[in-house]
Amino acid sequence: MSNAELIGQDPGWVIALKGLFIFAACVFLTIMSVWAERRIVARMQQRSGPNRVGKFGLLQALVDGVKLALKEDLIPKAADRIVFVLAPVISTTACFMSFAVIPLTGEVNFFGHRTVMQLTDISVGVLYVLAIASVGVYGIVLAGWSSGSTYPLLGGLRSSAQVISYEVAMGLSLVAVFIYAGSMSTSEIVAAQDKWWYAVILFPSFIIYTISMVGETNRAPFDLAEAEGELVGGFHTEYSSLKFALFFLSEYVNIIAVSALATTLFLGGYHALPGLGFTEQWLGGWFTLAWFFIKVLGFFFVFVWLRGTLPRLRYDQFMKFGWKVLIPFSLAWIMVVSTLRVMSQQQAPRVMIIAFIFSVAFIYIAITSLIDRQKVNLAKAAKVTNSSEPNFPVPTIPTTRAEQLNG
Amino acid sequence: MADELAPRSDDFGLAKADQSKAPITNHESASFSKQLIGFWVTFKTMFKKVNTVQYPEVKEPTAERFHGRHQLNRHPDGLEKCIGCELCAWACPADAIYVEGADNKEGAQFSPGERYGKVYQINYLRCIFCGLCIEACPTRALTMTNEYELADSTRGKLIFEKDDLLGPLRAGMVPPPHPMYPNTDDGNYYRGEVTESHPSQGIAKND
Repeated sequence: MSNAELIGQDPGWVIALKGLFIFAACVFLTIMSVWAERRIVARMQQRSGPNRVGKFGLLQALVDGVKLALKEDLIPKAADRIVFVLAPVISTTACFMSFAVIPLTGEVNFFGHRTVMQLTDISVGVLYVLAIASVGVYGIVLAGWSSGSTYPLLGGLRSSAQVISYEVAMGLSLVAVFIYAGSMSTSEIVAAQDKWWYAVILFPSFIIYTISMVGETNRAPFDLAEAEGELVGGFHTEYSSLKFALFFLSEYVNIIAVSALATTLFLGGYHALPGLGFTEQWLGGWFTLAWFFIKVLGFFFVFVWLRGTLPRLRYDQFMKFGWKVLIPFSLAWIMVVSTLRVMSQQQAPRVMIIAFIFSVAFIYIAITSLIDRQKVNLAKAAKVTNSSEPNFPVPTIPTTRAEQLNG
Repeated sequence: MADELAPRSDDFGLAKADQSKAPITNHESASFSKQLIGFWVTFKTMFKKVNTVQYPEVKEPTAERFHGRHQLNRHPDGLEKCIGCELCAWACPADAIYVEGADNKEGAQFSPGERYGKVYQINYLRCIFCGLCIEACPTRALTMTNEYELADSTRGKLIFEKDDLLGPLRAGMVPPPHPMYPNTDDGNYYRGEVTESHPSQGIAKND
C-alpha cells in the first residue's frame, strides 16, 4: 500500500495523536537544538558553553524560555498593534505546518494501527512546503514593518529581498528532484530513492538546496535580517517576552523543517544508510524514526558549523551570489538534467549520453576558463592603476626626525 | 623598554617602508580550498581542551602584578604608612580617592611623623585601576592587591573606607594609636630600621 492510501485509512484519533506527536517532537527538538547549538559553537571556540542548569546544561533552553515568559511584554507606541502581535504568530504557525507532509517513519504499528508517521500526503507536498515557508517569511517582514522603527524595518526589508532571491534558487534546485522522482509527493520522492540518494545522483542540486536553505532560514552566514552587529536585532529588535520567544522558536523549528525537507528529498528520508537496510524492521519499523532524525541532526550540525566558521556576508555579496551564481547555475543544471532524463526515457544509445555529458563538461570548462582569464586580465589592469602614487592629495612624508618632531 | 624609547638610527624606518609592498591586501578572496581550511579549524577545535575556568568554583590566580583592590600598608610595629599627603588623590585621573589628613598627637600616633590620613576613601565605581596612585605614594602606603571580586549591590558599599582598605594587623604589630618606637624619628621608619614593635608601644598582637 502506498503512503497516501495508508494515511487515508487513519481514523480521527490517530490523526490527532500524530499531530500532537509532531508538534511535541518539534518543540522538544527546538529546545534541544538551542542547547546543542550553544554547546557546539562553544566547543568550536574552545569554550564549554552553558553547563549550569541541569546535567551538561541540558535545561538551559527551558530556563531561558521561562525567563522570556516572565519578562515584560512591550509594544512600542509607534507600532501597528495588530500586525505587531500577529507577526510572530504567523512565523511560528507556518514553520510548524511544513512538518505535516514530511514522512518521519516507514510503516509502523501506531497503537495497533498500521500507518506511517506523516500527517498527510498530498500530491504536491513539496510545493506545499515551499509555499508555507514563504508564508513564514511574512512573519518576519510584517514584524519589521509593524515595529515602527528603523532597524527592524531594514531587517524586514533585507529578509524579504533575501527570501525572494534564495527561494528562486531553492525552487529550481528541487526541479531536478521532481524530474527524477516523477512526483512532487514527499513519500513518493522518498520511495524513489530506495537505490540511490538524490544527494548522489543530483549532487549539484543538493549543494544548491543546502546553500539556499541556509539563506531561507536567515542563519549565519546569511543572517542579514538579524545582523546583530549592524541592525541591533533586525526584525525582532522591538520584540520582548513571549513574542520574542516565538520568533526564537520559529527560527529553530525552521532549521529543523528545512533540514527535514533536505533529508526527505536528497538523503532518502527515513530509510537507513546504504547497507543497513535490515535496521528498518527494528522496533516494528519505529527505528526508521531514528534514521530520519540522525540525518536531520546531521544537517543541523552543518548549520551550527557554518555559524561557527563563516563571517556574515555583505549584503551586496549575498545578493550577487544568489542572482549571479546560484540561479544561473541551477538553470543550466536543470537543462542538463532534463536532457539526460529525456534521453534515458527514450532509450537513447549510451554513446549519445556519454557524448552529451562530455560536451557539457567541455562547455563548462571552456566557460570557466574564459571567466578566469578575464579575471586575470582585470587583476592586471587593476594592478597598473594601483601604483604607489595615489591620485589624491596627501601630505608629504617627513624625511628627517627633526621634521617629524617639529611638524 | 629602553631601546623602544631610544631614537632609531634610520628615522623610524621610514626609508625602508615601501607602501607598494605592504602586506595587507584585501582585494582578492582566498581560493576555495583555502577557505575550506576554516571549516577544518573549527572542527578541530571542538576536540581541544576548553579554556573555560569554572569561575565561582574554580579560581585561577591572577597575574602576579594584576591591579586589584587597594591596600593601605603598615609599618612593622603597626603604625600606618599613610601620611595623609593626598598625592594619590591628586594623581588619580578618575577622581576616585578622597583623603583628609590630620595631625598626629605625641604619644598617640597613627603614623610616624607629623601627619596621618584621617579619612581615606576610594570609590570603586570610579577607580579605573590604573595604578597612578601607587606610583604617586611617597611612603609605599598604598599598594594594590590581586583581589578582583569587587561587585556589590549598592553604590554606597563600593566606596571603601579606611577600615576596609587597611592591611591586617600581623603578629607583633600594635594597633595604633600608640607612641613611636623609642628613640626613633620618622626617618628611621622610612629607612626600614624599625623592624618590630617595642613593649613600650603597647600590647602587641600575637598569633
